[in-house]
Amino acid sequence: MKRAAAALVAAVGRWVEERAGLGAAVTPALDHPVPRRTASWWYTFGSATLALFVLQIATGICLAFVYVPSADKAYESLLYLNYDAPFGWFLRAVHFWGSNAMVAVMTLHMIQVFLWGAHKYPREMTWVVGVFLFLCTLGMAFSGQLMRWDQDAYWGLGIGASIASRTPVVGQSVVQLILGGPIIAGRTLSRVFTAHVFLVPGILIALVGLHLWLVLRLGVNEWPMPGRLVDRETYKRRYEEEVHRDGVPFFPDAARKDMVACGVVILIVFACAAIFGPFGPHGVPDPTIIDTAPKPDFYFLALFALFALLPAWTETALLLFGPPLAIVLLLAVPFLAGTGEKSWTRRPVSVLGVILIVLTVTTLAGLGVVVPWSPVMSAWSGLATPVEYVRGRTPLQLQGALVFQNKQCRNCHALGGQGGRRGPALEGIATRQTRDQLIRQVLQGGGNMPAYGKNLSPAEVNALVAFMQTLRPPNVPPARTTTEPGAPTR
Amino acid sequence: MCPDHAPLSPPSPGRRGFLFKLGLALNVLGAALVGVPVLGFILAPMRRLGGQSWIRLGPVKDFPPGETRLATYENPGSAHWDGATAKTACWVRHVGNGQFQVFAVNCAHLGCPVRWFAQSRLFMCPCHGGVYYEDGTRASGPPPRGLFEYELQIRNGELYVRGGQLPTLAGPV
Repeated sequence: MKRAAAALVAAVGRWVEERAGLGAAVTPALDHPVPRRTASWWYTFGSATLALFVLQIATGICLAFVYVPSADKAYESLLYLNYDAPFGWFLRAVHFWGSNAMVAVMTLHMIQVFLWGAHKYPREMTWVVGVFLFLCTLGMAFSGQLMRWDQDAYWGLGIGASIASRTPVVGQSVVQLILGGPIIAGRTLSRVFTAHVFLVPGILIALVGLHLWLVLRLGVNEWPMPGRLVDRETYKRRYEEEVHRDGVPFFPDAARKDMVACGVVILIVFACAAIFGPFGPHGVPDPTIIDTAPKPDFYFLALFALFALLPAWTETALLLFGPPLAIVLLLAVPFLAGTGEKSWTRRPVSVLGVILIVLTVTTLAGLGVVVPWSPVMSAWSGLATPVEYVRGRTPLQLQGALVFQNKQCRNCHALGGQGGRRGPALEGIATRQTRDQLIRQVLQGGGNMPAYGKNLSPAEVNALVAFMQTLRPPNVPPARTTTEPGAPTR
Repeated sequence: MCPDHAPLSPPSPGRRGFLFKLGLALNVLGAALVGVPVLGFILAPMRRLGGQSWIRLGPVKDFPPGETRLATYENPGSAHWDGATAKTACWVRHVGNGQFQVFAVNCAHLGCPVRWFAQSRLFMCPCHGGVYYEDGTRASGPPPRGLFEYELQIRNGELYVRGGQLPTLAGPV
């Protein structure tokens, strides 16, 4: 019986193969020899990214069964997915965590191939296509975040439009092209939806195909050996010799680790999805609700931080030329260094470059989480004045402590470690500034502080400064000018 | 000889060349015919449609002198499916004696909504820390200019502003 069934399966297989010839087409790709040492865990990030992409397609199609790409219904349809549709919350969660993982793993893949010198001759085009894949993936991440159609999405679009508006001459046209009209509304969401679901995925699928074709055609990058230089004359011949002398078939020898890596990455995404659940939507997209602090998803936090920290006069130039320049530089990498040493142990500039970029991006993203440059909008009304700053104070000083809270000083200045960090913390201000200096700073502002001259009565200024003069550690003398009696002499 | 077996006379090279060129020309024409409406359709929003119009914010008495209050309006030319996003908010400041200023809520830096703090008479932005004085001028932070200010009119005791587009550096209200 068993034998008959096996024979039947084999016969059906032969019948299909005779007509479709799929086996004949795929077998060489599976069997193609790869250098033995490349059957390594380090070489699995690319496959893991592909697995995540497939996961995103599968979950994305499922979400599209329910999601309504209309400005008045999108938010509700997301709530329906979260709370009513069977497995809807889980699919949204997998799609969200999958997108995070895809950006992360793809970045690791990019760093790995760069450090292993895989962008060098003859794989320059593979790198170039990879850069476009990376950009498309970021585009998917951004448009996906906008399709959440909550407050973050609405104001995120506002930020995008504001950046676009800095384009000289045609700024307004570019803004309207992005928004699909003069304001952020239904037509904007339709555009974002079309980009996220049709345009960019189409480009991604085509580029993934090309990327894989190039990998098959040019072979997997050999493990770089220090001192073994890439030379256009000899490279291909030496590579062929190596894979024939000491190669293993891709399937199953190298594919084993790829399969494990793909499985592990998908399990991690599933675990995150099950534990943390779907992300958002946060707050209805009503532009008249302005008590909101928009923030992008993690992959754009570094950029978000940069906007706050760039000197204002450099901003337009950097916003307009920075991203294109970065893209051109990435694309140019294999043309600037297409031959020579592959091993990262002999490419100190490349290694330092990677470290520098990673440190810069993670530091900026970290700042983007803390947002020290933003006033803490509720600090003035929500935070208690620490007891040590009110105990034993005179009525005038206590009055000043009230002025300090009521005039929102706390939104930018911390006391006792709590409050805004836009301006300096004021615990020790009395040791740094004299009464006259404090009055001047409060009235005239300066150094990135608004002037309060018009908004404080003389009595309020008097009380406020009296309070601030008490802000010093015990046994540390207050700041004094050299003309005051008892001032330290130089 | 049966006519069925007569060898077909090969088409002349001239005819082949003509057919190839004709095919090419027809396809180029087809692509152009499809391309014009497709591009025109996608790029249409780039044209400024003069969507700016006068919008009623409400009776002047709703905005007491010396105060700055949030007002909202429905965008002219909004679609039925815009939902809440058809609405826009703005800050109305009654300076006194019927003198008004109306500011866009969008920060001049990158468009986040600024909040009014009546006690310190400042607008503060939650995104990157832009701060403005009560008259809309820049006080501190990254904004390259003051708040965007609407053109306004008072007709029959009602306050009107001219609006209808997202205020940005390229198109300040």
